[in-house]
Amino acid sequence: MLKRTPLFQLHQGLGGRLVEFGGWEMPVQYTSIMDEHLAVRKAAGIFDISHMGEVLANGAGAEEFLNQTLTNDIRKLAVGQGQYTLMCNERGGVIDDLYVYRLASSEYLLIINASRIDPDVAWLQQQLGFFPKRDAVLLQNMSDHAGAAAVQGPRVVDFIDKCFSGGSTGGAVVSRASELKKNQIAQFQFAGQPAWVGRTGYTGEDGFEVIVPAGIIAAVWSSLSTAGRQYGLQPAGLGARDTLRTEVCYPLYGHELDEQTTPMEAGLGSFVAFDKGEFVGRTALAGQKAAGVGKKCVAFKMTDKSAPPRPHYPIWSTGPDAAVIGEVVSGTQSPSLGIGIGMGYVKPEFAKPQTVIEIEIRGKRSPAMIVSKPLYRKPV
Amino acid sequence: MSNVPSDLKYAKSHEWVRVNGDTATVGITDHAQHELTDVVFVELPALNRALKAGEACAVVESVKTASDIYSPVSGQVVEINKAVVDNPALVNTDPYAGGWFYKIKLSQPAEVNTLLTPAQYTAQISGS
Repeated sequence: MLKRTPLFQLHQGLGGRLVEFGGWEMPVQYTSIMDEHLAVRKAAGIFDISHMGEVLANGAGAEEFLNQTLTNDIRKLAVGQGQYTLMCNERGGVIDDLYVYRLASSEYLLIINASRIDPDVAWLQQQLGFFPKRDAVLLQNMSDHAGAAAVQGPRVVDFIDKCFSGGSTGGAVVSRASELKKNQIAQFQFAGQPAWVGRTGYTGEDGFEVIVPAGIIAAVWSSLSTAGRQYGLQPAGLGARDTLRTEVCYPLYGHELDEQTTPMEAGLGSFVAFDKGEFVGRTALAGQKAAGVGKKCVAFKMTDKSAPPRPHYPIWSTGPDAAVIGEVVSGTQSPSLGIGIGMGYVKPEFAKPQTVIEIEIRGKRSPAMIVSKPLYRKPV
Repeated sequence: MSNVPSDLKYAKSHEWVRVNGDTATVGITDHAQHELTDVVFVELPALNRALKAGEACAVVESVKTASDIYSPVSGQVVEINKAVVDNPALVNTDPYAGGWFYKIKLSQPAEVNTLLTPAQYTAQISGS
């Protein structure tokens, strides 16, 4: 039985096409992926992200516990700040990639992938069991009690304050949501309930993610939709979420990341703080940093008219010794660029930008080129 | 509501057939294009290829997925629509005219009688 978010009926009412994603029944699109993608790039889109998981870590030992369980340096977070980070096993393989926010001096919120809630919570509990000061940490999986929405796009800042203002009551000290800086989070009161608003997203656009008690997510969605309508806000599904994140080369767990792949291989080494002391996976990752990786995550563009690249298509080198050098992990037609784009893992000697490669599509090879990330940059 | 022209025959797999003497034109239905949305690539069968009814012979790619297209009838491909290869969006904007896929010389003309009538196809897509 697929899980449903508190907004399921709303998606049905909006004509959303519902598909399975990570064990959840979610809208892949309402009008069309292209249409919703371009709305987010040019104006604004609203996404249901209630399927994502929320874990609270509280207590005097929370900072130290999280710092040795996650790869980034959590001590750099001021209250009201968040960071992208990874959770690895001892081999350096990625259990999940996540956002961690410092809500209060000893309270942290972890935003984890929907498909990884169970393995993440099990891993965190297990790690906590090994932690000497475990009595000073309280872990709470809030995933079933929280609803969340992301509003993304250049016009969002024009209407977000209509929904969240009147001064923050937790996290960063601001008088309205638009005062938040990138990666900051603050709590506002919405219908008498706490609403956490973080300035982040998964689209490469400016925007906010709102996390609230499940019971008020429909009211929050409605409030944002009403406020954003005159700015071109549209509901957007997971299809557009995927094409948007692919254009800006954000990893998606299960594609770029899994338990057999390390942050070093994925090109996420800047989120691994080797200088902070011991953490799970450190030895393996430091070894890989010194010795080099066996595969690298690259971005590529198709250089001729071709069918869009898709996950699992083989990547070939060119020339007389042409051979399979890797595999596509994410691929799509880019709505912004009008060409096929993707990411894949290749042997490191082929990972340099401008390397000419070929993507095998249904038995036929089409020319492509490795390019530097991101694939899409906002025009300035 | 999807458009189902009354002068065509239909396959359960959402292709349409327009018979003209011993030749038929094949494309995909308005319902199919609406389900696919945003067609970004069309791969057609090679000219002169012999096709059997039910054989996968073309691919339509939307932003999200690749979908096989099955020949509703048997015969030899005598013409392909280069315009739809150059401009795949024709499948969305004009599925029954500018968005046709290929013309086929029928080797088993009686197969046409086994295809769905407009009423039968309408019933199929409204039941789904």
